[in-house]
Amino acid sequence: MNLTLKIWRQENPEAKGRFEKYEISEISPDSSFLEMMDLLNEQLIKEGKDPVAYDHDCREGICGMCSLYINGRPHGPDSAVTTCQLHMRKFKDGETVTIEPWRAKPFPVLKDLIVDRSALDEIIQVGGYISVNTGGVPDANDIPIAKEKADLAMDAAACIGCGACVAACKNASAMLFVSAKVSQFALLPQGKTEAKDRVKAMVAKMDELGFGNCTNTYACEAECPKEIKVTNIARMNRQFFGAKVSG
Amino acid sequence: MGNKRFQSSLTKKFVMAFMGLFLITFLFVHLGINFLVLLPDTTAFNVAAHFMGTNPVIKVFEVILFGGFIIHIIYGLILQIQNWMARPNRYKIEGWSHTSPFSKFMIHTAAIIFIFLAIHLADFYFKAKLGHIGEVNIDGENIHDMAALVLAKFKIFGFVIGYIVAFVILGFHLHHGFQSAFQSLGLNNRTYTPFIKSLSTIISIVLALGFIVIPIAIYFGNF
Ligand code: FES
Repeated sequence: MNLTLKIWRQENPEAKGRFEKYEISEISPDSSFLEMMDLLNEQLIKEGKDPVAYDHDCREGICGMCSLYINGRPHGPDSAVTTCQLHMRKFKDGETVTIEPWRAKPFPVLKDLIVDRSALDEIIQVGGYISVNTGGVPDANDIPIAKEKADLAMDAAACIGCGACVAACKNASAMLFVSAKVSQFALLPQGKTEAKDRVKAMVAKMDELGFGNCTNTYACEAECPKEIKVTNIARMNRQFFGAKVSG
Repeated sequence: MGNKRFQSSLTKKFVMAFMGLFLITFLFVHLGINFLVLLPDTTAFNVAAHFMGTNPVIKVFEVILFGGFIIHIIYGLILQIQNWMARPNRYKIEGWSHTSPFSKFMIHTAAIIFIFLAIHLADFYFKAKLGHIGEVNIDGENIHDMAALVLAKFKIFGFVIGYIVAFVILGFHLHHGFQSAFQSLGLNNRTYTPFIKSLSTIISIVLALGFIVIPIAIYFGNF
């Protein structure tokens, strides 16, 4: 496959940044998007140019490190996959592919396509955990948990924190992410103890960091590589109002 | 970045949703009264309009209603401005995610509805309040002949078109707004949510069509 790539280049957080055009040829339709990016970088290095900086780690769709806003969609044209799991066969030969970094005020661009997503970590730090006393490990089956609840919690816990929800949202809202993190604990007995303080603290942090407000457009759900459901957002809303009312 | 917000995003959304639903109930009342104007005898409409304009209980509701509009508008604006600020650098290519088109244009439909509302209030509400309207005598009492005013307005082609456009836009706004309010209030449920989504479509169509058929009937009918 031959492709024209339009890629956002920005030397550092303060630089203005611009799109640059690259031609790349003989790409196998079976290669992954990131392999294609690697080939481009090899080509750039050979030409003595600065390679394109982008995030990645596991390349197995489980770490949430890869990003990229490809042709108007986070993680590209395929659904329910991360960019590292996206294949070049999803593109047409000769196509122009525009690659941009995640865009949101709380995600400043560090270099080229790499953005600082530590805002999501800050939200986790204020409540995305449970406090466990040390001591002997209790028997796993001591606490009964309804199968349905366990399944919902597991589905919410599938969130890898990549930030695609924020990138996709027209308001740069992080509510799908926060609601998944709130839900995965709130649904289980171990997480219920701190549920009220958790939801209040995480929502306050999310607001403070400057994420937008959800307008129930659900682009987040459409783009989430882990198919996190917006029903989590409704659950977070319920939890939040409940916590506010009961103090 | 430490901008602690006076009210949380979720609380603001709650208020938006609650006020939105409240305003929808008002639309149904308004539509019900509007249909009276189509009756052969306009007395019922004039009496209803007079009641709405003078009854002390309704006057209290009027204040609540105006408050509802103002809060819905102000909160909507605050949320929207925060949303714009959350993405200072826009994408070159955006919006290719699969979503409902109605939800993406709430602020735009809102702006058109607001303009309509301002014209509408000037045309009918404030005219009635300031007494620039002819009167009829019903049961020995002189009351405003609102019916005559409405019938005259709906004989003007441009007015009818503007009115229809406004209500199509309102339909779009409600199509997203009604079901969206339930999500914002945290009322999401496997059994009821699909029903509420269908209801949202039905309500938006019924309200928009309901308001639209009246000027069409008057324009083409013998009124
Ligand atoms: S690199 Fe780990 S999810 Fe893509």
